[in-house]
Amino acid sequence: MRARPVKQTVECLDITLEVNGAEMHATVPVRLLLSDFIREELGLCGTHVGCEHGVCGACTVLIDGVPVRSCIMLAAQADGAAVTTIEGLSPETGLSSLQQAFKDCDGLQCGFCTPGFIVTLSALIPDDFPGDEGIREAISGNICRCTGYRGIIDAVRSAWGR
Amino acid sequence: MKPPLFSYIRPGTLKEAVEAIAATNETDEEVRILAGGQSLIPLLNFRLAYPTVLVDLNIVDELSLISTQDDWLVLGSMVRLRDAELSEEVIDACPLLIAALRHVGHLQIRNRGTIGGSIAHADPAAELPALVLCLGAQIVAVSTRGQRVIEAPDIFLGPFTTTLAADEMVTEIRFPKTTSSKTAFVEFSRRHGDFAIAGVGVAVAFEQDGKTVHEARFGALGVGSTPVRLTGAEEAIQGKELTDSIIKESAEIASLEVEPLDDIHADAEYRRELLANLVWRSLREVGA
Repeated sequence: MRARPVKQTVECLDITLEVNGAEMHATVPVRLLLSDFIREELGLCGTHVGCEHGVCGACTVLIDGVPVRSCIMLAAQADGAAVTTIEGLSPETGLSSLQQAFKDCDGLQCGFCTPGFIVTLSALIPDDFPGDEGIREAISGNICRCTGYRGIIDAVRSAWGR
Repeated sequence: MKPPLFSYIRPGTLKEAVEAIAATNETDEEVRILAGGQSLIPLLNFRLAYPTVLVDLNIVDELSLISTQDDWLVLGSMVRLRDAELSEEVIDACPLLIAALRHVGHLQIRNRGTIGGSIAHADPAAELPALVLCLGAQIVAVSTRGQRVIEAPDIFLGPFTTTLAADEMVTEIRFPKTTSSKTAFVEFSRRHGDFAIAGVGVAVAFEQDGKTVHEARFGALGVGSTPVRLTGAEEAIQGKELTDSIIKESAEIASLEVEPLDDIHADAEYRRELLANLVWRSLREVGA
């Protein structure tokens, strides 16, 4: 799937995209942010909107397998892309190993930032982020205001078998 | 915080992109080019920018190429920062670029942000514009009027302001290969990934003896209304060996030749002292 050119200026756009493995079509105003499309049009409220300007990382989703901030991307730009949200990373029952590790290690308190952390970490190859320093680098684009990060680092260590 | 109303066009080729920009200019539209969007969309969210048309370059594949031509590393304007950071060609031709890219935002930002977008945005506190000056890069811009090559000293005019015309877009950035120089990039920010309070990139070519400085170039960020080349600091080490006293002298000159601004993050005096420290650290690194 690939986005097609839009040769005349438009205010609304028909988009076709894959969300958590399912293909879907929608007509979106071009100024609609991807984060708002995901939450309000698709009803996938696991993607949280914190700062709305690309600083906090709570809205992180995967675009074609790569973590990006959905609050500074237009829904129109997800045309032709595969979007994965936190809902797409959770098994039908129970928790993924990363989610379980966050739970076991007290990697969350209020939970607002957690989807962004899990989505980001799900796309990373642990060997690219060696040691605790690597874990800190990996999560540096996500802000947590409750935990002081210690529990989160413990969780990543546990999930990555360190 | 939602972007203001605008209309949207998504050209499939460079030719279509250039024509779309030209057409909107003729009708007095305010056109903005959407590259990675990592600065532009926040500006829209904050309503600090009110473009009437966005030209989205994200499917113009011909702008995403990385190549080397003679002594140049050529990056298409739509090369994602993360792709450049992981590119073997960039690692071989211009390790200084890799060192600087690691400081640009976070992974999620670098996955979307682009080389050309960062340079055209011309944030005086950003890493890549400073490297344009440090390395003497060339910016290739096109419009329906033709193509031109903008030399590094001629691109930045002020904060977020370049000499690019309203109907021009950046297609390529050519960085000289730094294989015959020793390079270092250092910056200081309160938290890793934040915009730096100040930073500096340095490229030093040594004489045959491996000790005497043949040529040095510094590009500094966060110490003025544009990125700044530190010509005084360069002259201070030219033809000399990097002894402690020479490094100290160069660092002091650097701190005096810039005109930093006060802002909420740091006052001008602090930035001067910080720059001296960063120049000192960068020279210690290349001299080591």
